[in-house]
Amino acid sequence: MADLALRDLVKTYDKTEVLHGINLDVHDGEFVVFVGPSGCGKSTTLRLIAGLEEVSSGTIEIGGTVVNNMEPKHRDIAMVFQNYAIYPHMTVRKNIGFGLRSSSAPKIQKEARIDEVAQLLGMTDLLNRKPDQLSGGQRQRVAIGRAMVRDPAVFLFDEPLSNLDAQLRTQMRLEIKKLHQRVGSTIIFVTHDQVEAMTMADRIVIMKDGYIQQVGTPSEVYHTPANTFVAQFIGAPAMNMIPGEITNNGSIQLETGGLIDAGLAARSGQKITLGVRPEDLSEHAPASFLEGSIAVREPLGHETLIYVNTSVGEFVAKADGRHPPDVGATVRLGALQENLHIFDAETGSTLA
Amino acid sequence: MAIAEEIRPTTDALLKTTAPKRPANMGQIIRWGLLFLGGILMIMPIVYMISTSLKWPHEIYNLKLIPDEPTIENYTFVLQDGRFFWWFLNSIVIAVITTLCNVLFDSLVGYTLCKFRFPGRYIIFIAILSTLMIPTEMLVIPWYLMSQQFGWLDTYWGIMFPGLMTAFGTFLMKQFFETVPNDFIEAARIDGLNELQIWWTVAMPLVKPALAALAIFVFLGNWTAFIWPLIVTNSVEMYTLPVGLSSFGDEADVAWELIMTGAAISTIPTLIVFLIFQRFIIRGVVMAGLKG
Repeated sequence: MADLALRDLVKTYDKTEVLHGINLDVHDGEFVVFVGPSGCGKSTTLRLIAGLEEVSSGTIEIGGTVVNNMEPKHRDIAMVFQNYAIYPHMTVRKNIGFGLRSSSAPKIQKEARIDEVAQLLGMTDLLNRKPDQLSGGQRQRVAIGRAMVRDPAVFLFDEPLSNLDAQLRTQMRLEIKKLHQRVGSTIIFVTHDQVEAMTMADRIVIMKDGYIQQVGTPSEVYHTPANTFVAQFIGAPAMNMIPGEITNNGSIQLETGGLIDAGLAARSGQKITLGVRPEDLSEHAPASFLEGSIAVREPLGHETLIYVNTSVGEFVAKADGRHPPDVGATVRLGALQENLHIFDAETGSTLA
Repeated sequence: MAIAEEIRPTTDALLKTTAPKRPANMGQIIRWGLLFLGGILMIMPIVYMISTSLKWPHEIYNLKLIPDEPTIENYTFVLQDGRFFWWFLNSIVIAVITTLCNVLFDSLVGYTLCKFRFPGRYIIFIAILSTLMIPTEMLVIPWYLMSQQFGWLDTYWGIMFPGLMTAFGTFLMKQFFETVPNDFIEAARIDGLNELQIWWTVAMPLVKPALAALAIFVFLGNWTAFIWPLIVTNSVEMYTLPVGLSSFGDEADVAWELIMTGAAISTIPTLIVFLIFQRFIIRGVVMAGLKG
């Protein structure tokens, strides 16, 4: 286990800069998830930490040592790949023990370590099987076992669950989280799935276009998003964004016609975007600022998503699962003041 | 639901059901006919080779497949002839060493060209490929002059050196290494293996079918090589099997029955090599099918 620090990390391919000065501190034993859309630089950051790519500028420190010029094998890291990367010609035992090949420990000690890891992952009975005799989840466990066997300072996971089906993904998510709680290692986990990020992370790093957009606990990034990108990326369905302007008396005049008292007189005349999560929109709010007719209903059982057509576009809200309003019905929706997110329309950064 | 299950046959029932026999149509008959003809064309030289090897000299120009007086005298003669043993041994040594060298060097170069990024990589690959366009006949003279300069004439090294690495083998291996995911190599790199260990422990076992195919091609190519061994060897003891067999008889009278006997015996190692390696090739094809 060890701290990890990224300082002004830049990566360029030819003349294209793909990471623009990443700064991040990961504490010892922390589970940090990098999340973002394709091409945001999360996997590149992970590969730089692993030493599979060369750093263009900036530094990477593991346990207080700058590792920029170290070979991957000397960085005391282990990595689990998206497609598992377990060797098809080797048994589970050989795959798990692969990371110990370069260790000088006696064979008996190595074998004991393999057995210990296999037991921890519930794979003792499968040690003599080949990967083609394993299910997707079992293969993933072998990949994790191979990473665990060396007891590295930092674990790196590169979208390890994206090849699994939905049910198995949920199960493995839980298993990895339990494993982290048991072994307490420092983990960097890359995913494009915000549900994975929210459910597993101690802290989430949200990235876009090679920049970190926000770093925070799942609760922080959900309830106090730093900008419109984070607000819309985290949470499903995405946060509703309603354009508006701050009036002279500090209220928000929305393009939907609604008026909200926001106490932002100092910013009068500023164009803003009001963000409201679908679950915060309600017909029973003290004041409504959205009015429209229901275009589509999506029943989810415990709740129903309703898509409301208004004069400025479509918005989504969550309604009661048992008695949802009918399609075509007109609804007036509002939200509590504390659940409103106000962003600068130009920069997208949060104002309140 | 119940009705649907009633009318839907179970998988077992479907498996047990044999498809009704349909009469063959004209297209099928033509296809089978062409395949049969192709099969006959392929097998006839082998049948005649064996047939001739069982004939007495006065019968060899008789086209009958089954000799009037079959004999194994030719086999006894050839096997008791000391020269044949040496030719056989020379061919084995040359074919085995050349095959091993090709498997080693072609895969090393193919792996390097495939998995490493370095300046000039593409130019080197094109340069290697371009040698495929030069016919062997054109290379024989420079090879001979080289061998003469270095004192390699009439030696194993002289016979083997042009074929220790081939452009075709390099190309074949490079293409197969393309199918090995980089994640395997990167995972091994993180696990502490050096590049040579990664090539040997991770990449090579994953391209076994290609290695098997390459081994068969190279072994057969060297086993049957004629022109270069004929040119580079002078002494009868250094002849390879094809060169040695061609020397049976003299200008006026070619001993076809002995040549065919030697040829029949010389097919045995090629059959063994094919039988050893073919399962890797078949497994490779099956694996490729399952992956998709």
